[in-house]
Amino acid sequence: MSELQSSLSSARDDLRTEPRLIRVVIIAIAVIFLTVFVVLPLVVVFAQAFSKGIGAYFSALSDPEALSAIRLTLCVAAISVGLNLVFGVVAAWAIAKFDFRGKTFLISLIDLPFSVSPVISGLVFVLLFGAQGYWGPWLQSHNVHVLFAVPGIALATIFVTFPFVARALIPLMQEQGTLEEEAAISLGASGLQTFFRVTLPNIKWGVLYGVLLCNARAMGEFGAVSVVSGHIRGETNTMPLLVEILYNEYQFVSSFAIASLLAMLALITLVAKTILERHLDEGQHPRDD
Amino acid sequence: MTIEVKNIVKKFGAFAALDQVDLKVANGELLALLGPSGSGKTTLLRIIAGLDWPDFGEVSFDGENALAHGASERHVGFVFQHYALFRHMTVFENVAFGLRVQPRAVRKDEAGIRARVKELLDLVQLDWLSNRYPSQLSGGQRQRIALARALAIEPRILLLDEPFGALDAKVRKELRQWLRSLHSEIHVTSIFVTHDQEEALEVANRLVVMDKGRIEQIGTPGEVYDNPATAFVHGFIGESIVLPVEVCDGCVRLGGKALNIAAHGAPSGASKLFVRRHDMQVGPAGSGALEGAVRRVRTFGPIQRAEVALSAGGDETVIEIDAPRDRELQTGDIVGLQPRRYRIFAAQD
Repeated sequence: MSELQSSLSSARDDLRTEPRLIRVVIIAIAVIFLTVFVVLPLVVVFAQAFSKGIGAYFSALSDPEALSAIRLTLCVAAISVGLNLVFGVVAAWAIAKFDFRGKTFLISLIDLPFSVSPVISGLVFVLLFGAQGYWGPWLQSHNVHVLFAVPGIALATIFVTFPFVARALIPLMQEQGTLEEEAAISLGASGLQTFFRVTLPNIKWGVLYGVLLCNARAMGEFGAVSVVSGHIRGETNTMPLLVEILYNEYQFVSSFAIASLLAMLALITLVAKTILERHLDEGQHPRDD
Repeated sequence: MTIEVKNIVKKFGAFAALDQVDLKVANGELLALLGPSGSGKTTLLRIIAGLDWPDFGEVSFDGENALAHGASERHVGFVFQHYALFRHMTVFENVAFGLRVQPRAVRKDEAGIRARVKELLDLVQLDWLSNRYPSQLSGGQRQRIALARALAIEPRILLLDEPFGALDAKVRKELRQWLRSLHSEIHVTSIFVTHDQEEALEVANRLVVMDKGRIEQIGTPGEVYDNPATAFVHGFIGESIVLPVEVCDGCVRLGGKALNIAAHGAPSGASKLFVRRHDMQVGPAGSGALEGAVRRVRTFGPIQRAEVALSAGGDETVIEIDAPRDRELQTGDIVGLQPRRYRIFAAQD
């Protein structure tokens, strides 16, 4: 009897899924691909960074140039994530909860940084703020430094990372609709009370998700920042820029030590992203009848 | 609180959701807005609440212009069709919300808020759920919490948008009776929107029947049922038999054959004859204005429902009638039918 059952169930399994051989081959292809293109490079980064021992690794990281790059990267990331958090929430709120003319246009505009090459994004700011640019001469005469300084790097980074928060929130807020907000208003809540007590708690995981991706990109951005930074050593080099410079100067340990920090950031981001996605999925279908 | 709506027009693009609507609601009334979907009833409710704005017209509460105030200042309790409970708050916090967002000057202290919420949860008989989240409640429980939340602000008016639309039939029935008794207890002026005629007839003191952005009839459930003002109301409320007839000079014709009924002053031209199913008197062949063959009979309870194929008229017309069970009908019987009560309305193109 039990034999019959087991043979029946295995027959059913065969019908429900692909043959064993095909399953193994497909999974193997995926694993090999990931190993060659993702895992191996990551291992190489850490292997190179520690190739001369732990002491060399930490002395490379405590080099004044490296410290300056880390400080600058953190500073630029803080500025751009902070501002994009505000911009993103406001833009998503406007798009998801209100109807107005030009909404579709605004949505495509938000996506622009994704579809433009980062180098172009940087060049735009050179054209605007450079010595031969539109506002360059005026800025120079007032002794304001935008290009080859922190403001320029921050501007380029903000531009490149603008879509992350808004993109994470728009579908979430659209799905949630405006009913809870209407309920809050009919109960006497003001616009701000409605936002902070009803809207924000409902989107908090989405906000964190957007901030996480925005931060990862802000710290890792190379192209746009490279164009506007001017590569002044110890002043306007971010971590990704410094990695390239050190590599070109054959300082492999220093180069890979800093690269390993960025790689760790990526790993932490990955874990946090997985956790947040679980929360988002839970929040998405909170009331099935 | 009385509500007066004057000449309200609301358009969504080219579609007129409300077309010159006038309505007066008396203090303490329980009024039903009844109509098919797209008739504008929900839009009217949302305009009264301040969640939508009319293109034209006036809304006043106790003679005071309500359009001068936004939704948050109108003190109107609004119960949404899909409840719209705050999903990240417990039942207790949902009900307390309206009290917590009040301006500091009038806001109750924490103990006062707790007492009030407890009182409301007792009123809706769900005190034991106060620490649950909305996703952990059944539909009927959510609806009652939504009502408690709306009542927390001591609204001057209570508006309910299809309050029982998303619930199953049994729960709906219970909640209807419960809403009636709640209204007689707290007596706040209330308007509820429904597309369910049975619900409207059972719960409301007065009905407003709407179609295509206009009010077709206003009256008590009895008035609307017994004396429908228009063909739409007759067809929408209660089951009706509708026959295409021709009125000419006081006589009524079906398929070219004169019927032995009076036109009651209906104007000449293509018209529709409306008869309630139970207003069709069944007799032996040749006894009534109409004649037909019984196709099929189903009996339930005190009535038998028969499908009768009318012999008048070129095309085969089959109508359903409800007859008492004093004389059992058989398939194939030829019966005479005489409308006891009927209405004739001009056919609309």
